[in-house]
Amino acid sequence: MVKKIGPLDIYNYLPKTNCGECGEKTCMAFASQLIERAVKLEDCPTLMKPNFAGMYRHLEEMLAPSVKEVVIGVGDSAIKIGGEEVIFRHELTYFNQTAIALDVHDEMKDDELLERVKYVNDFRFKRIGEDLTLDLIAIRSTSNDPERFAQCVSKVSDEAKKPLVLCSWSPSVLEAGLQIVGDQRPLIYAATKDTWEEVGRLAVKYSCPVAAFADDDMAELKSVANALGSMGIEDIVLDPGSHVEGKYFSNTLGNFVASRRAAILNKDVGYPLLGIPATVWLSEEGVETAFKEVMIAATMIDKYADLIILHTPEIWALLPIITLRQNVYTDPRKPVAVDAGLRRFGDPDENSPVLMTTNFALTYYTVASDLESAGIDCYLLVIDTDGLGVQSSVAGGQLDAFKAKEAIKKSGIEDKLKHRKIIIPGFSARISGDLEMQSGWEVLVGPRDSSSIGEFIEKKWS
Amino acid sequence: MVKVVHHIKGRKYLYEHYRVGDKVKCDYIGPVGDRSYATKSTFAPHVSPHKIETELVFQKQLAPTFDLTKLRDMLEKVEELELENVDMIAGELEFVLPAVSAVKRVAVERAEYRDLDFEIPLADFPGQIGEVELGATKANGGTRKNVIKVGGEKTMPFYHFEARNPHKPVIAYDVFDTKINLAGPVRKHFEDVLEDPAEWAKRCVKKYDADMVTIHLISTDPAIKGTSAREAAKTVEDILQAVKVPIIIGGSGNPDKDPEVLEKAAEVAEGERCIINSASMNLDYKRVAKACLDHGHVVLSWTQLDINDQKTLNKHLLELGIKREDMIMDPTTAALGYGLEYSFSIMERIRLAALKGDKDLQMPISSGTTNAWGAREAWMKTPEWGDREKRGPLWEAVTALTLCLAGSDLFMMMNPTAVQLFEDTVESLCGFREVEPLDVKDWIGMR
Repeated sequence: MVKKIGPLDIYNYLPKTNCGECGEKTCMAFASQLIERAVKLEDCPTLMKPNFAGMYRHLEEMLAPSVKEVVIGVGDSAIKIGGEEVIFRHELTYFNQTAIALDVHDEMKDDELLERVKYVNDFRFKRIGEDLTLDLIAIRSTSNDPERFAQCVSKVSDEAKKPLVLCSWSPSVLEAGLQIVGDQRPLIYAATKDTWEEVGRLAVKYSCPVAAFADDDMAELKSVANALGSMGIEDIVLDPGSHVEGKYFSNTLGNFVASRRAAILNKDVGYPLLGIPATVWLSEEGVETAFKEVMIAATMIDKYADLIILHTPEIWALLPIITLRQNVYTDPRKPVAVDAGLRRFGDPDENSPVLMTTNFALTYYTVASDLESAGIDCYLLVIDTDGLGVQSSVAGGQLDAFKAKEAIKKSGIEDKLKHRKIIIPGFSARISGDLEMQSGWEVLVGPRDSSSIGEFIEKKWS
Repeated sequence: MVKVVHHIKGRKYLYEHYRVGDKVKCDYIGPVGDRSYATKSTFAPHVSPHKIETELVFQKQLAPTFDLTKLRDMLEKVEELELENVDMIAGELEFVLPAVSAVKRVAVERAEYRDLDFEIPLADFPGQIGEVELGATKANGGTRKNVIKVGGEKTMPFYHFEARNPHKPVIAYDVFDTKINLAGPVRKHFEDVLEDPAEWAKRCVKKYDADMVTIHLISTDPAIKGTSAREAAKTVEDILQAVKVPIIIGGSGNPDKDPEVLEKAAEVAEGERCIINSASMNLDYKRVAKACLDHGHVVLSWTQLDINDQKTLNKHLLELGIKREDMIMDPTTAALGYGLEYSFSIMERIRLAALKGDKDLQMPISSGTTNAWGAREAWMKTPEWGDREKRGPLWEAVTALTLCLAGSDLFMMMNPTAVQLFEDTVESLCGFREVEPLDVKDWIGMR
C-alpha cells in the first residue's frame, strides 16, 4: 500500500515564509488546505515565481489525485471526470460528479436524432439552488459503416452543446467520426486487447481521451490501459464491462470496487470508470427495463462510476438518478446546519406572516426557495434543531413547544409585528397546542411540504 | 558538494548542496534530462526539504558517530544519491531504495501490450456483524411460520471478491393502526384496508409476499387518538393472528407514551421475537430494554444521524443486559434528495467501524426507507416531472438501494413496486439470479 501524503510532506516544498498572501495564516495551514483541495498551488504567489518552478512541479506531482482527472470536450461544456482521492466520501469528499451521457445511434431517423440531441442540450432541473443537467451525448455506430457514422457525427455535432462519446469497436469507424469532431476532444470508445494500437494511434493523433475495455477481466483491462499508456496516452477511462444481467451484475460491481481500491490504495491503474446502464436494453424493453436501468445507474453512482451512459430519456427515470448524484457528490465537509434566527423575505411589514422552520440546511434552503418563488413578503423564524429536519427534530425532541416559544421571544419579532400569529410546518402539528399555551400566540399548522406555502398563505392568512 | 537526485513519479530532479561557512546552501539544478530547466537557481537552504538530508550528510562528515540508522530513515524517500567530495566511512550503511516502476520506464520507451497481473487490495476486516434471528417458530416458543436472519457480515455489501455475506437484506412492509395520509402511489394498493390493520398486514403478506410486517401503533399518541396501551396491544395480537411472518412493533414516536405502549405490546407478543421499535435517547429506553429482555424480543436502537450517539446508546443497552444478537440499530434514514447522503455516510462509517472491530457498532442496521415518500419528488403530481406512479416507487427503491450499499440490512418500505424493484436488484447483487451471460460488447449495436 502506498503511504498517503500528509500536510508535512507538502509543507517541506512550500516557501515557509508564512507571508499570508494566499489567504492562509501559515504555510502549514496552506499545506493542509492543499491536501483537502480547498486551495490551489496557484494561490501561493511566491510559488509562482520562476525560481520556484522546480518546487511547483514537485508539488503538482505530489498532489496529483489517485484517480486521474480526465477532461472530455472543449470550452464551457467540457466535462471533468475522475480526480478522486478517497474510497468513501466521508474520508474527504468526492470531487467530480458522475457525468451522464444519453445515447443516440447512426441509424436513427434525423428528426428523432436531433430531438434527442436537443433534449440533452436543454435538460435542466433546478434543485436546492443547483442546475442539474445531462452532460454528454454518446453516438453508437449501429451501422458499422464509417461514412454513415461520419454523417451522423456531423449532424449531432452541428446541434450538440455537449461533449461527445464516439462508440464503435471498429477503428476505421472511429476515425471517420474523429475526422469530423477530432478537435472537440470527444471520448473515443473503445480500445480493446485487439485494437489498442490502432485506437491508441487515433487518440494520439487527435489528442483525445480514450476508453479501455475488457470484458469482466481486470488484468486484461489493466494491460490494455497500460498498452495505451505505453503510447504516451494519459487520458484513459476504464470500462470493465457493464454486465447488468442477473448475478453477473455483482461481478461488475466487484470490478468497480476493485478498480477504485487499487487506484487509491495501490496507485494502480488510477483512471476514471465508465459504466453503461444502457446495456440493460440488450435483453429486454419496456417500462420495467427503464426501472432497472435506474437501479443500475444508482448502484454505479453509489459505487465509483465517473461516467455513465444511459438509454432512457424518461424524466421520471432521470430525476432520481440526477438527484442521487447531487446527494452523493455533496461535499460532506459543508455544514449541516444554517444559523438560527429571524430571516426576512421580500419586504415584510407589521402585518406580514411569520413562518417557522428548522436550521437543517436542506430544509432551510427548500423553504427559502419556495418562499422566494412564491414572492411572499414574510418573516421566517429558523429554529436551532441541531441541524435536523422537521420530522426528525419533532420525533427526537430537538423541536418542541418550549424551544419554539423561546425562539420567538429571543428573535425580537414581537416588536416588529401588530399580530401574534405563526405558521408552523405541517410535520410539527404535534406541538401546536402546547405552543399556543406556552407562547400565547395563535398557531396555524401549515402544509407538510413548503411547495404549497404560497397557496396556504393566500387562503389562510388574513 | 553533495548532489542529490530525487526520483518523483518517474522523473528525476537534481539538487546540489554546498557548505558555505557553517550554513548549507542548496541549488536546484532542474529535472535530469530536461534541458528547459537547466538554468541554475539558488534557494535559501530553509526552503529545501533536502536540507535535512544534506545536513545529515554534513554532520556525518563532521561527527563520525552520527546515527546511521537515522540517516537511512531520512534518505528513505531518496531513490538515488550521488555523493561527491564526501568521505563515507560506514560499513553497515544500506540504502533501501524503492524500485522505480519498471512499467513506467518501458512506457516511455516503446508501445507494447504486455499481459499484466491485477491485484485487488483486500481489506481483511477483523470484525464481524452480529447475527440476529427475527421471529420464533413453535419450536422456539413462538407461533411464527419462519425465522429470518439478518447480519453476520464480514465485509461491505456484495463484495464477493472479499467474502460472502451470509444473509440477503430483508424488507418489512409498513402497516399503521389507524387511517393515515398516504401518498397516492402507495395508497392505491391499500385503499380498502386502511382502517383494518390486520387486513392490511394480510394484504402485504398474501398479495405482496412480505418477509416481515411492521405495525406502527401511531394512534396511541394523545395528539392523534390517544388509544390506550391495552387497546394497542390488542391490535398487535390481531396482527400476530392475521399473519405468520416475523413482525416489528412500533410506537407512535411520542416519548412519554411509547414506553408504556411498547411494554404492553411486548408482553402480549411474548416469545415471538419481534423487533421492538424503538429504544432511543429521548425516552425511557430502560423500560423498553427491560420489556425486550423480559419477553424475548429484539430491541431497535434508534438515533438521529449521529454515529457517537448511536455508539453511546448501543453501549447503554448492552450494559442493561441486551445481547449483541438481540439488537438492531437505526441511525435514521433521510430521503433521496433530502439528506440521503447523511444517512449513506453514517451507515458506511458505522459498518466500517464495526468491521474494523468496534464491538459497540457490530449490529445489523435498519432503515426507515418509507421516509422517501416525504420527498415532494416522490408524491407530487407535477406533469413536468413525469408520471408519479413511476417516479414515486423509484424514489423509494433508490433510497433503499443506496442505503443497502452503505450497509443497511433491514428495510421498512411501503410501495409494492418499489419493493419488487429493490428485491430484484438485491437478488442480482447477491449473485442469486441465474441468467445466461450476455455479450456486453453488443450494446453498441443495439437498435
